[in-house]
Amino acid sequence: MAVGTSQDVIKKPGLFQILKDTRYVFWREMLLPLRDPFSLIFSLIQPLVFLGLFGPLLGSAVGAPAFGGQSTLQWFLPGVVVMIALFGTSMTGSNLQYELMTGSYERILATPLSRSSLMIGRALKEWAPLVVQGLLIALACIPFGFVFYPLHVLFGLVILGIFGIGLGALSYALALVSQSKEWIFWAVQQTLLFPLMILSGIMLPVEAGPDWMKTASLFNPLTYLVNAERELFAGNVGTDTLAGLLAAVVSAAVGLFVGVRTTNRNIK
Amino acid sequence: MIHTDKLSKNFVVKKETVEAVKAVNIDVAPGELVAFLGPNGAGKSTTLRMLTTLLRPTSGTATVAGVNVVSDPAGVRARIGYIGQGNGGGHSFRVIDELIMQGRFYGMNTADAKARAEELLKSLDLTDLAKRTVIKLSGGQRRRMDVALGLMHSPRLLFLDEPSTGMDPQNRANLWEHITRMRAEYGTTIVLTTHYMDEADTMSERVIVIDHGQIIADDTAARLKANLAGDLLAVEVAAGSAQDVRGLLGRAAAGGELQENASDGVVRFRLRLPEGARLAPALLKEMNDAGAPAQSLELKPPTLDDVFLELTGRNLREGANR
Ligand SMILES: Nc1ncnc2c1ncn2[C@@H]1O[C@H](COP(=O)(O)OP(=O)(O)OP(=O)(O)O)[C@@H](O)[C@H]1O
Ligand SMILES: [Mg+2]
Repeated sequence: MAVGTSQDVIKKPGLFQILKDTRYVFWREMLLPLRDPFSLIFSLIQPLVFLGLFGPLLGSAVGAPAFGGQSTLQWFLPGVVVMIALFGTSMTGSNLQYELMTGSYERILATPLSRSSLMIGRALKEWAPLVVQGLLIALACIPFGFVFYPLHVLFGLVILGIFGIGLGALSYALALVSQSKEWIFWAVQQTLLFPLMILSGIMLPVEAGPDWMKTASLFNPLTYLVNAERELFAGNVGTDTLAGLLAAVVSAAVGLFVGVRTTNRNIK
Repeated sequence: MIHTDKLSKNFVVKKETVEAVKAVNIDVAPGELVAFLGPNGAGKSTTLRMLTTLLRPTSGTATVAGVNVVSDPAGVRARIGYIGQGNGGGHSFRVIDELIMQGRFYGMNTADAKARAEELLKSLDLTDLAKRTVIKLSGGQRRRMDVALGLMHSPRLLFLDEPSTGMDPQNRANLWEHITRMRAEYGTTIVLTTHYMDEADTMSERVIVIDHGQIIADDTAARLKANLAGDLLAVEVAAGSAQDVRGLLGRAAAGGELQENASDGVVRFRLRLPEGARLAPALLKEMNDAGAPAQSLELKPPTLDDVFLELTGRNLREGANR
């Protein structure tokens, strides 16, 4: 019957509307950590602990040549930052799960907020602490021989933010499809995250691995992201940065497409 | 304000199709207050969800506030308010924060949103709880917060899915005061569902009775009761004279059922008598003339439950027997 006849053109929200809505969604989510300063402080210093313990081991474990002649820290630090971004934004959907169980998600779905802003705002909330964390880590590492290029690092964080929107939207979609079966969310998130990370050379250089790994890493958007961050953290802007930015934009586009589609499917 | 044409929704659960809403036609004029009444699983929430664009109809069309729900869902959402059956506040958020953000979602500026939130908190008796996190509220407090969320942006058309469930009488009265005031001040159109029959009865002008996904009655509560149910009359006579009035009462029941219970030398007859208050005196006289005077009489005005019973043969409270 007369559902969605051909002359029904579904109106799409404009970019300005999406930005405005994103701001509101982002703010709402940010109220959670802001109202709970202890969790905020803890989450900010957590990476420092990780870095302090893992960094010293790294230099001795892998031969220096694999790190492309850079100092261990200069090579390793961008990896840590990417990893924090991954862990953070891939959890975007986990907070949503609670809201799906109560009527909170439905209440927000009934407001005029654009669909994409719902996931962008949430993803950016997971990304936001990274800006502080990233700068903190960088500063803390200066005494140990890390050379800090603030503008390059900031640009690197922006690229991670763009990528985070994509990953966050996918995580959001995952929460929607695994509704009422919470474990599925975690199972999928963990199962995908770790192989992707290892195959991108975040923690250990893939160059040291077998050929099939190197080939696989070429199809992993994370690889380009990590390379871009390494280039930027070393104070250079070049083809790696460009490739990373492109990978981030493509990931964001794909993520949002899947996320909005899943949201709309969910109301069928 | 609302117009639907054969609006339907099927769910497929494990390859079985559930026809939750079957081709309903609803028309609501601006400023009306309409209550959906029906047992669990009747399709009330599903209908509301389709009208608020939270569910896509399987077939049929719906226009809400002048906008088609399928072709411009965002347009519909911008023109309505919705209080769902679940709790709308996010668990870890503070009450006041959620209210202000809700206002922002609808384009209010922060100052206006704050003022409105405080006003609503006050009148819904929540001021002391403003800084609590939602998870620490009681069920009734949470429900009041839901209502505050829905009223934040003073919508022209408001949908409420069982708004008063879990509230104590005092707060139900508060809620109704709000609804009444919104209608008086802004001419707000209100569509709600309820399980409280007295609420549908006394507060709304129009009751839509829904059962198994179909509208089985749609009228004012007064007319539904007068036309469908009639007053419930119980009279007791001495056991010896019961046979003298059985025929008489049977005729008064006008085709309806005449129930009969005998105990302790009295027989208790029960029947439905349309316009009972007007007809009962004459009936008593007839009984007297027949030599069987009534020893006691009880006349109960009909409730919407009686209407539902009359329409479906089932009690509203028994549920839909699915
Ligand atoms: N998402 C869903 N998936 C499958 N079936 C559903 C879904 N939502 C509702 N139903 C079914 O559709 C029917 C109507 O449900 P609905 O929630 O509209 O009832 P209701 O009148 O609001 O009942 P209540 O008074 O219990 O809230 C029920 O049989 C229900 O099981
Ligand atoms: Mg319901």
